[in-house]
Amino acid sequence: MATVAAVIASTHHPFYYRASTAAGADRPPFADEWVAKIEAFRETLTRARPDVLVMVGSDHFHQLWLDNMPQFLIGKAPCYDANWYNEEREFGLPRMFLQGHEELSGYLLREGMDAGFDLAFSNELRIDHSITCPLITLRPEADLPIVPIYTNIFAPPMPQPRRFVELGRAIRRLVESWPSGQRVAIIGTGHLSLELGGPRQFGPQGPDPEFDRKAVEWISSGDLDSALAEVSLDSLWQPGNATHGFMDFMLMMGAAGAGVKADYTDSLDLFHTMEAYFTWYPEGAAAR
Amino acid sequence: MSKYLVNKFLYTVDRDPELVERYREDPRGTVTWWETERANLILSCPGGERSTWLEFTGAEREALATHDYVGLFELGAHNFLTLTLFIALFERDYEEPLAFQREYAARLSHWTVPYPDIST
Repeated sequence: MATVAAVIASTHHPFYYRASTAAGADRPPFADEWVAKIEAFRETLTRARPDVLVMVGSDHFHQLWLDNMPQFLIGKAPCYDANWYNEEREFGLPRMFLQGHEELSGYLLREGMDAGFDLAFSNELRIDHSITCPLITLRPEADLPIVPIYTNIFAPPMPQPRRFVELGRAIRRLVESWPSGQRVAIIGTGHLSLELGGPRQFGPQGPDPEFDRKAVEWISSGDLDSALAEVSLDSLWQPGNATHGFMDFMLMMGAAGAGVKADYTDSLDLFHTMEAYFTWYPEGAAAR
Repeated sequence: MSKYLVNKFLYTVDRDPELVERYREDPRGTVTWWETERANLILSCPGGERSTWLEFTGAEREALATHDYVGLFELGAHNFLTLTLFIALFERDYEEPLAFQREYAARLSHWTVPYPDIST
């Protein structure tokens, strides 16, 4: 059976690429600290020696549109082109080309549906920054095959938070049952409190530092009970109008397991939003 | 109310570099053209299979034709779509990084949660 070599949850900040590659007067004052934290975080994936990456993210109205909106979708294609014109325009992100892993995509689709998730699929999917940002931070060589999984954290009506947790649990279980000798890292990105297109956007911190503090505690300690008790589709509008991206963190908490403390936790208080990085090693201390 | 159609305008303009410039230079003309020629195209279908029923309300048409992002917020346009397109339209006119984004926030500062419903 396959091995879950690491479970990794992260924010995805589209400004990292530009900040980390800028020089001279264009380089923001926080760039060096940010790069140091990212390089330490990257090492937590490198040491897990993954062969395949299952990447959980969310399409930001790029390929998936309101005339045909899936809640949970798995890409099943041999390759994926990645990043879009408006991401080049706004964030300076490069175009990328990624290898897929059709066998694992097919396995997760079949077994996922049989486990009670009516998953949508795509045989031609252009990936966006929710998946390329963690590749840029965690695996900039982008040399491993991926299985992209998209969730709807963007367009109401959305699935309930508990459904994200259940899908995370299922992904973990299914990867562990995949008849293969491969080492799989499950990587998902979301947001802490975030405001986009509203009065609290682009402030000196994230829109709700208290929510962020609690969220980091829930994630790092695996406290799914508290997260599920406090978070609802309605409540997530309060910390910031784009905070439903936190449900992808909840999915990753499901993948990591209830009550399982993260082996690595870090965060960085930036303007606009807090960055947060978590890694679990299901194989235990031997893998660290 | 046709929040979906407002979102469709923002979405289809934002993803097309030529339309971004056209909308910046001639917002009312672009909105008129788009509503006539593009509003009823189903994005994944040939033109002959278009819809027949989509149109803006007067308030929506006017908000789009005047680049009124506060009005769009108040009409329940999707916050991400509006922000992304308006950054493309106007960020270039400001010298300081993020100055447009901060002005955008300030112009919405009379709002507290709950914000207008973005559900479609």
